Amino acid sequence: MYQFINTILIGITSGAIYSLMAIALVLVWRSARVVNFAQAGQALLSTYIGYEFIQKFHSFWLALFLAMIAGAAVSALVDVSLMRTLFRRAGHGPIAGVAPIIATLGLLGLIRASLGLVVGGKDVRISPPVSNIGYTISGHTLAFSPLKLLIVVSVLILMLVLSLVFQRTHVGLALRASAYSPEIARLAGVRVDGMRTLGWALAGAAGAAAGMLQTPDGNGGLSPDSLEFSLLLVFGFIAAVIGGLESLVGAVIGGLLLGLVLAFVLTYISGSLVFITAFGVLIIILLLKPGGLIGSRRGRRA
Amino acid sequence: MSLVVSDLSVDHGAIRAVNAISFRVDEGQMAAVIGANGAGKTTLLRALSGLTRATTGSATWQGHEMLYSKPEKLVRLGVSHVSEGKSVIPELTVDENLALGALWRRNSDESRATREMILETFPRLAQRLSQPADTLSGGERAMLAIGRALMSKPQLLLLDEPSLGLAPLIVEQIFQSIRDLTTHMGLTVILVEQNAMSALKIADLGIVLNLGRIAAMNSAQQLIFDPQVRAAYLGY
Repeated sequence: MYQFINTILIGITSGAIYSLMAIALVLVWRSARVVNFAQAGQALLSTYIGYEFIQKFHSFWLALFLAMIAGAAVSALVDVSLMRTLFRRAGHGPIAGVAPIIATLGLLGLIRASLGLVVGGKDVRISPPVSNIGYTISGHTLAFSPLKLLIVVSVLILMLVLSLVFQRTHVGLALRASAYSPEIARLAGVRVDGMRTLGWALAGAAGAAAGMLQTPDGNGGLSPDSLEFSLLLVFGFIAAVIGGLESLVGAVIGGLLLGLVLAFVLTYISGSLVFITAFGVLIIILLLKPGGLIGSRRGRRA
Repeated sequence: MSLVVSDLSVDHGAIRAVNAISFRVDEGQMAAVIGANGAGKTTLLRALSGLTRATTGSATWQGHEMLYSKPEKLVRLGVSHVSEGKSVIPELTVDENLALGALWRRNSDESRATREMILETFPRLAQRLSQPADTLSGGERAMLAIGRALMSKPQLLLLDEPSLGLAPLIVEQIFQSIRDLTTHMGLTVILVEQNAMSALKIADLGIVLNLGRIAAMNSAQQLIFDPQVRAAYLGY
């Protein structure tokens, strides 16, 4: 019984972080039609920046906030300097559809290699801002610590803020209109280029939050070739695809679903089957429901 | 204050879609642009609203050069374009589609007044405010597209085939509403239509396009009775 509850708790926590990454990927995909593989690199870079802020201000929460701003700035810069130029240059040729995606792969390698040059040998650790020892209920230790609770709550708050911005504000309406139908948005006076950059910036902030929250929940270590960040990208991407790639709500559902499935496989079957399961889920979803579990029309609205 | 188009040409690759067109529409007037498929009607409108780049020529609205500007800038100069088909965003609700048109306006009291007026003219939209636009009928979509454009506080309204795919009875209704609204608001209108008769009936000026050139231009009333135009475009 306790093992079952623990499995669910582990699944929800890791699923929450996958959801954040999935949100980052969805935000870029639906505003720019680019699958941003560099998101893992941007999140890693933002987490390193966050680490520097922790050293300076000794506050994880302030550092989290500043890392998100840095992540937004980096991401906006990627759009303005790289993507706009690419779309202008490769805008009509046969390579137009893939050039930006390949460029994000290149950028991922570039960020990792540059980080390796700058901070390669350094031992960088982010210690948990609150205890990561599980709560105890009548003698049983749960796989749910104050840290995990804070992760889940932070993710929930971020999602709430994002959905309020998208559903209730003028900027949110302009963002959605630009994503759904750039031409009509322009005819209504929306500066679509600016909205696309804002979409990239929001994605950068979400990715930074995912990196900052994930790191202390693992062993705390940070390295330029971090496997954790590669997995974050892969699982975030699978979560986004489960959710239909267009929908923020879908990204959250996809992340939680993937987190739970992987936690159950890990606990009840074998740790060595986690990857096979993750990619198996991806391929099955693509084969059976290529539009994601949430129908794309309904999904785009959410 | 008027729309003055002179010597406007637009190329689509090697094809000259609009060929050295010149005309003038005075403030508050409605010009109907009619002609067969491929005559260059849509291209003409897209060049005027900044969606398509013109090759040569000029078009001024109230003294401002319109060509070579971006649509989001022209909206701020009072130019509103309802593009071909029903130009609404299907994923957004009726209310959001209307709000979209007014996003750039700072004065919210003014936009609210415009919204009231639109909902009074098209009461069916008022009943469907919270529904996504893709649940609307064709006629309701046409109303919403016009409503969205009016929310941008235009002085020059560019309408591309509002009758496309609509039943004849609804076309009559919508055209009458367009005429009433634009007269009431004092708008200058360019109405591009395949449905030549319905368009000429409500317009002041008629322009017939053929293969990118102006084949005939006269008051709309006279065009209706022009034997050549009747034979070629009105079908009797």
